[in-house]
Amino acid sequence: MAAPKKGRRSPGAQGRPGRALVGILVAMVALVGGMFLSGNTTPRLGIDLAGGTSFTLEAKNEPGKPNAINKANMDTAVNIMERRVNGLGVSEAEVQTQGRKHIIVNIPKGTDAKQARKQVGTTAKLGFRPVLSIGDGKPTKDPGADKPKPKPTPTKGADKGDNKDQPKGDEPTSPTPTASSTTQGRALPSALKAPTPKPSPTGDAPTKPSKEQADQVKKAEELQKQFAALDCTTPKARAAASQQAATRPNTEPIVACDRKGEAKFILAPVQLEGKHVEDASAVYSTQGGSGWIVQLDFDGKGGKQFGKITGELAKQQPPQNQFGIVLDGEVASNAEVSFAIKGGKAEISGSFEQQEADDLANILSYGSLPLTFDIVDETTVSSALGEEQLNAGLIAGGIGLVLVILYMGIYYRGLALVAIASLGVSAILTYSLMVLLGEAIQFALNLPAVCGAIVAIGITADSFIVYFERVRDEIREGRTLRPAVQRGWPRARRTILVSDFVSFLAAAVLFIVTVGKVQGFAFTLGLTTLLDVVVVFFFTKPLMTILATRPFFASGHPWSGLDPKRLGAKPPLRSRRRPIAPADTKEA
Amino acid sequence: MSRLGSLGARLYRGEVGYDFVAKRKIWYGISILITITAIVGLAVRGLHMGIEFSGGAVFTTPTTSVSADEAREKAESAAEGHTAIAQKLGGGGLRIQISDLDTAAAQPVQEALAKDLGVQSSKINTQLVGPSWGEEIAKKAWQGLAIFMILVVIYLAIAFEWRMALAALIALIHDLTITVGVYALVGFEVTPGTVIGLLTILGYSLYDTVVVFDGLREGSKDLTKQTRYTYSEIANRSLNSTLVRSINTTVVALLPVGALLFIGGGLLGAGMLNDISLALFVGLAAGAYSSIFIATPLVADLKERDPQMKALAKRVRAKRAAVAARGESSAESEASEDARGTADAEEDADEDLEPEDATPAGVVGPRSTGAARDQAARNQPSRNRGRGRPSGKRR
Repeated sequence: MAAPKKGRRSPGAQGRPGRALVGILVAMVALVGGMFLSGNTTPRLGIDLAGGTSFTLEAKNEPGKPNAINKANMDTAVNIMERRVNGLGVSEAEVQTQGRKHIIVNIPKGTDAKQARKQVGTTAKLGFRPVLSIGDGKPTKDPGADKPKPKPTPTKGADKGDNKDQPKGDEPTSPTPTASSTTQGRALPSALKAPTPKPSPTGDAPTKPSKEQADQVKKAEELQKQFAALDCTTPKARAAASQQAATRPNTEPIVACDRKGEAKFILAPVQLEGKHVEDASAVYSTQGGSGWIVQLDFDGKGGKQFGKITGELAKQQPPQNQFGIVLDGEVASNAEVSFAIKGGKAEISGSFEQQEADDLANILSYGSLPLTFDIVDETTVSSALGEEQLNAGLIAGGIGLVLVILYMGIYYRGLALVAIASLGVSAILTYSLMVLLGEAIQFALNLPAVCGAIVAIGITADSFIVYFERVRDEIREGRTLRPAVQRGWPRARRTILVSDFVSFLAAAVLFIVTVGKVQGFAFTLGLTTLLDVVVVFFFTKPLMTILATRPFFASGHPWSGLDPKRLGAKPPLRSRRRPIAPADTKEA
Repeated sequence: MSRLGSLGARLYRGEVGYDFVAKRKIWYGISILITITAIVGLAVRGLHMGIEFSGGAVFTTPTTSVSADEAREKAESAAEGHTAIAQKLGGGGLRIQISDLDTAAAQPVQEALAKDLGVQSSKINTQLVGPSWGEEIAKKAWQGLAIFMILVVIYLAIAFEWRMALAALIALIHDLTITVGVYALVGFEVTPGTVIGLLTILGYSLYDTVVVFDGLREGSKDLTKQTRYTYSEIANRSLNSTLVRSINTTVVALLPVGALLFIGGGLLGAGMLNDISLALFVGLAAGAYSSIFIATPLVADLKERDPQMKALAKRVRAKRAAVAARGESSAESEASEDARGTADAEEDADEDLEPEDATPAGVVGPRSTGAARDQAARNQPSRNRGRGRPSGKRR
């Protein structure tokens, strides 16, 4: 038999139980300490427990572009979605991809679900609109006369460069570089462009933006009024403005804010839709010291059109030689054009920080995303219900725990203390890990995860049962406790490992394959299964080894749960230390 | 507990025991019957798919005085022709489901409902689901299920053997079928929670089966070196001796789930907690049943087809016949109680009469012939008759 050999080998383990216990204690202290250090003492709660709104969006290919659903595109979409949601002034919104083609947007309580839905649910629209007028971000006092006039600096790309001015700095300081010449010569060093066109409200109004169509004069005046009233200074006002702007059709001019609220624009109808952008990327250009620039590739039609627009724009006076890149009713960037850009490729320079360039490239490529998103699931949970569900989960967990402890107590008596202590260790480890993981990997405890944790009570306790039964079997063989604890272990260990592995396999497969709530559940289940192994190996077993030396257990006290008599042990075979006639109650 | 404890001991030694394996035909019959019922139920009644799968809206209101019927009427009029289901929840709130409502159309309904019921629109919990999301969840779940089954069969085939893997798989499918059948027959609503519960059964039902199989694997070690027991008998022994363990693990697993079910159902009325725990409860119960009554007998059945085991069974039968022929008196007096629990006609061998059996008998799985005793038996064969065997003493 193999077991006795193992049994003989393992007594060496008797020297180690203390160390293992200390080890797990240190681990516990470290985890709990880490939890307190991180400043969070409760796990992050999911929407269904904390209250809030959760949207699930499904990506759909646009017709004719079958392979658009890929990781890169989804990530871009997530970035954009994050920008939009956070544009609502929500602080802790989280946006994640889920599976291959879903995006989950979680918005904590306190946000207007309706507004959020609008933001999340509408398809983003990216368009290039010629700028008609630029103003300071603040509402203008006197709408009629006072027209802000930007002083764009001459910007210059290399041959194809189309330049853009990124509003910088907050105060519209007086336009420093007055050189408004659109020189055809070599570019000024881009560095000079930096303090660029701060739209400054000087009196000199550009002529009415209604040159194009006579019958649009009225509309234009209307637009002017809107423009004057437009307030871009607060995020809330900006969100409202961009929402309004986003609803306007492409064929109409709009008023819009830039993203920082420093400038506002009147923009002509969309001349080129974002979908014609094939690719956009931020690159570091060593040429002419222009630093970070954004490179744009248009598709065939887009390239032609872009050439046409830029050709027209280049002839205009500032600021009307600019176009705005408008995403969701917000001007992501405005760029000045000095000459027609043909050939379907363009660069936007403007002393960007890397981050800015990345952002802009992102936005531009979003315009090219051949994806549309549908809301396929929307769940709003009031914080009252969330609390109720959390409480119900906790109560159920508590009751479950008490029942398990009671059952163990009745059946295993003294041994139940070991089980309770082990469950306690397991609980502490699970809790602190959940808190820490909430920080580290954005793990949020949702209702299914709570269920998983409760179900895990059973799985964890099962491991103890497997071991206890093994030990008791050994005692029934007539062994005393110490050898029984050692001999029972290798067999119990195998059973525990095999069955925990099966459990873990289920959790892992579910976590990888499935989506949504199933995933949360699988995560907890997997985590607790792993912890179960840790606890049994490094806590329960060493504890048993130590307790086996205590007279209470070793002597088989009736309340220890290890009383050989009650277990119906056979008498020791070779030596009859115990004179008690065993189990004479048994009839054979 | 002393009762239980000694029962455990007697089960362990095989003094008492239920012959699960020999009566397997009965269990197979019962299981086939249940499975057929489940399948028929599934075919005839179908599953009552929740909103999450059919698409629609679920509104949960805070405590309100409006009755469920009124709310249903209002909801139906607000949703213009869509069917609504309303139920009162434990806390006094209402849960109103409107099926086939698409996400865009649900918004006005929510507002109308809030007005009709006199609660603030923001206090209503809504869940709006397009059918595709539910399908996605279900599709992924099926994928997960298939992948898991393949992996676990491979694993069990490596850790144990292919027969056990096959038996475990059949038991697992059996559990899932029963659970799904119960859902079809009773008409419980199937939600993502149900799917989660069902998937958990995967791991759990197997946990149980694995515990039993582990005992069986150990018990059947060196089986072919003896001629006392057939594989089926050993399987039954192992089953009985791990019975206490199985029952305990199942009870302990069911207790928290039961608490969840009770709280989920009693306190919240309906929802995720309830759905998960209901599926779990049914599945766990089925799992406990199948690992004892189906999985192990199946393994025994499969094993008995193995030529080696066939030969063993033949040897065992031949030996028993020989023993019987040799006269009952001596055999009976020496009969070990080891044999009690197992086969019906377990006339144990007189080891002195069958010397070639003496050593193997010690090596054999039946755990009562533990190592210590084996040694005793081997070292001092003369003591075997009277003192060495507790059984002899007890008589």
